Amino acid sequence: MLEIIKGYYAYFFLVAVFCIGLFGMMVKRNLMKKVMGMSMVQSAVILFWIVSAFKEGATVTVLDPTREVENADLYLNPLPHTLMLTAIVVAVVTLGVSFALLIVIYRRYRTLEEPLLLEKMQ
Amino acid sequence: MMTSHIPLLIPASFLLAALLIPLAALLWRRLSWLLAVATTGLCFFYAVKGLVHVTTVGRLHYHLAGWQPPFGIEFVLDPLSAFFSVFVTGVALLALIHAGRVVAHEVSGVDMGFYSLAMLLLAGLSGMVVTGDLFNLYVFLEISALASYALIARGDPRAPLSAFRYLTLGTTGAAFYLLGLAFVYMSVGSLNLADVSQLLPDVGDTRPVLLGLSLMVLGIGLKMALFPLHAWLADAYTHASSAATALIAPIGTKVAAYVLLRLMFFLVDPQYLRDQTPLPAIVGCLGAAGMLWGSIMAMCQKELKRMLAYSSVAQVGYIALGIGLASPLGFIGATLHALNHACMKACLFLVTGNFRVRLGHSTLPRLVDDLRRTMPWSAAAFTAAAISMVGLPPLAGFFSKWYLVLGSIQQSNWVFVAVLVASSLLNAVYFFRVLERLYLTPLAPPGDTDVATAAATREAPASMLAPTLVLACALLVLGIFNAWIVSTFINPMIPSRLGW
Amino acid sequence: MIEHARPFDLAAERCGPSSSPIIRIASRGLAPLIQIIGLYVFFHGHYSPGGGFQGGVLLAASIILLRMGLGFANTQTVMPSGWTVPLGAVGGLIYIGTGFFAVLCGGNFLDYGVFPMPWLDPPHLHSYGILFIEVGVTLTVMSTLVAIFDHLLDG
Repeated sequence: MLEIIKGYYAYFFLVAVFCIGLFGMMVKRNLMKKVMGMSMVQSAVILFWIVSAFKEGATVTVLDPTREVENADLYLNPLPHTLMLTAIVVAVVTLGVSFALLIVIYRRYRTLEEPLLLEKMQ
Repeated sequence: MMTSHIPLLIPASFLLAALLIPLAALLWRRLSWLLAVATTGLCFFYAVKGLVHVTTVGRLHYHLAGWQPPFGIEFVLDPLSAFFSVFVTGVALLALIHAGRVVAHEVSGVDMGFYSLAMLLLAGLSGMVVTGDLFNLYVFLEISALASYALIARGDPRAPLSAFRYLTLGTTGAAFYLLGLAFVYMSVGSLNLADVSQLLPDVGDTRPVLLGLSLMVLGIGLKMALFPLHAWLADAYTHASSAATALIAPIGTKVAAYVLLRLMFFLVDPQYLRDQTPLPAIVGCLGAAGMLWGSIMAMCQKELKRMLAYSSVAQVGYIALGIGLASPLGFIGATLHALNHACMKACLFLVTGNFRVRLGHSTLPRLVDDLRRTMPWSAAAFTAAAISMVGLPPLAGFFSKWYLVLGSIQQSNWVFVAVLVASSLLNAVYFFRVLERLYLTPLAPPGDTDVATAAATREAPASMLAPTLVLACALLVLGIFNAWIVSTFINPMIPSRLGW
Repeated sequence: MIEHARPFDLAAERCGPSSSPIIRIASRGLAPLIQIIGLYVFFHGHYSPGGGFQGGVLLAASIILLRMGLGFANTQTVMPSGWTVPLGAVGGLIYIGTGFFAVLCGGNFLDYGVFPMPWLDPPHLHSYGILFIEVGVTLTVMSTLVAIFDHLLDG
């Protein structure tokens, strides 16, 4: 059991962050806090992929003259990093769209608290 | 030479149009609608050509940027993706032709934005259908999702909040999918769909793979509005403009259902899934629950769009039930129902758009009494689509439900059979309520009616009526020719491991 | 979503030049530096953290800094507000245009190896091809972020 935690503590931590973000999205009543929760969820997933690319004793995937190029174990797995570049862009764009929606809601209703909003919309 | 590029041309043409529309709109505003309709028509033509090629010659593989799979991204046009791309582009074409008037009426002043976003949405949806790479699927999923959030945000005063709710839930669904994909990638080492399906049997029993698959199914289920993850759908479809709903509602959830079909029939061996894991059983039960819940909620609604939105939840339940059966008959039922439901729901939402443009609203009790006289064709199209939804032959809806019932009987799953029959009866209740309002309310004696309402209700303009009638006729054609459709298009796509 | 040919009067009203001379001078001094760093980040996307998206964000940050420090109306010469959405479309078209150009030259989409430039060998063609589409990405990202800022100001 201890070996699992020692070897995979990063994954446990990131799943905990994911759950905290999900909890925030569900429970918090202010729309801005829901957006923060959503951002936490996305960041946790992105970091999960990045952590999966780690190898012991490896360096970043930039050609290092002091290390041999043929031995792939000396370099990190670059694929999750490149995929997560795209995922980060997607996360940022989603945040942008959500903020635009929040601004429209705020300008019309002057509040971002969900119970007040639902009242005003009736 | 052109045929080999078809898997690329469908999403890329939509993307090109999405970028050309802002520039074209600087010259002439009407050009945005024309460019959108022309591009969708072109892509529909490509999709039909692709389907003909796939049925006669064989599948089409397209290696993006020349890199061989599994190192590069590939687009695959096999019988399943060709079939889905045909009806996705076809229904989108009719919805966009219809949208010309509705956009001018409901969300005037933003044509360029609407059509550009519609093209991005279709690029994302068609990309999701043709791609053969699991991460590329996520990218196209998010493209289509972001475009749909923005499309839904214009409409009612309540539209921004509905779009925000859809945004948070949809992004969470995509995050679940990505997390599940991380587990699968870490176990298998590849992202190409065909490659993963070959490598998975070696590591299939391990916990990360099962967890990854479950998370991916959960994420896609949220996008598909599988019960109980459907909470975003009712508000989003109701408060959006009629044009946006008519575009997103028929095809958005169907493409997510396509992804679920890919995950549960092609990525993993469905026999293994059915025997060793509870995943298909769970999906099937959630589909059955969604069917009952959606139908019951639809019965309580007075507003047509909201009723149709809950009805969509129920219909997605049918597809999920077919997937959950994990058998050839279930597969045929699910795929045929995706096609039928896209056409039926599109027809219903287009008629609602006609009502909104002519009457200003689509609330059931407030409908004018003499619609059967003033808008006969729209009412007839609604009737045809309603009868098809209930499931009466020879219209299309009956045959997909028939296959689902056959599949449930084959597995001795009498609960599913009961749910299917009960849901059809519930469908009958809320649709016949609308038909009663349209056809059976006695007309007030002449001279008594309000002059303003009598003068305002004419039939919908031709550009809106034509797509509606085309879809209504298509339901009849699809119903009559359903055996040919199943034998020519659907039987070849059943995965060979299923043992048909 | 923008409307056809709108004047940005409300934005000009809401965002005047800053009242503090420090902010005005500092934003004028910092903006070119940020732009140079943005270009550096864009060009070095091959070899170090960076690339089209990141460079585009930095370039947009410089323009938004100018808009906030010097006022909306005064910075129209730097980036006219009516140009932002069309420039974004042009950037995307550079990307797709390069892809379709590869198709026309006989290869697959975005297959840089088939470009008709015989003085370059395929690895260099791939390298320069990716750099070229990153130009499109940078342009799109920069103009879109500035467009978002302008339209949020304008209401």
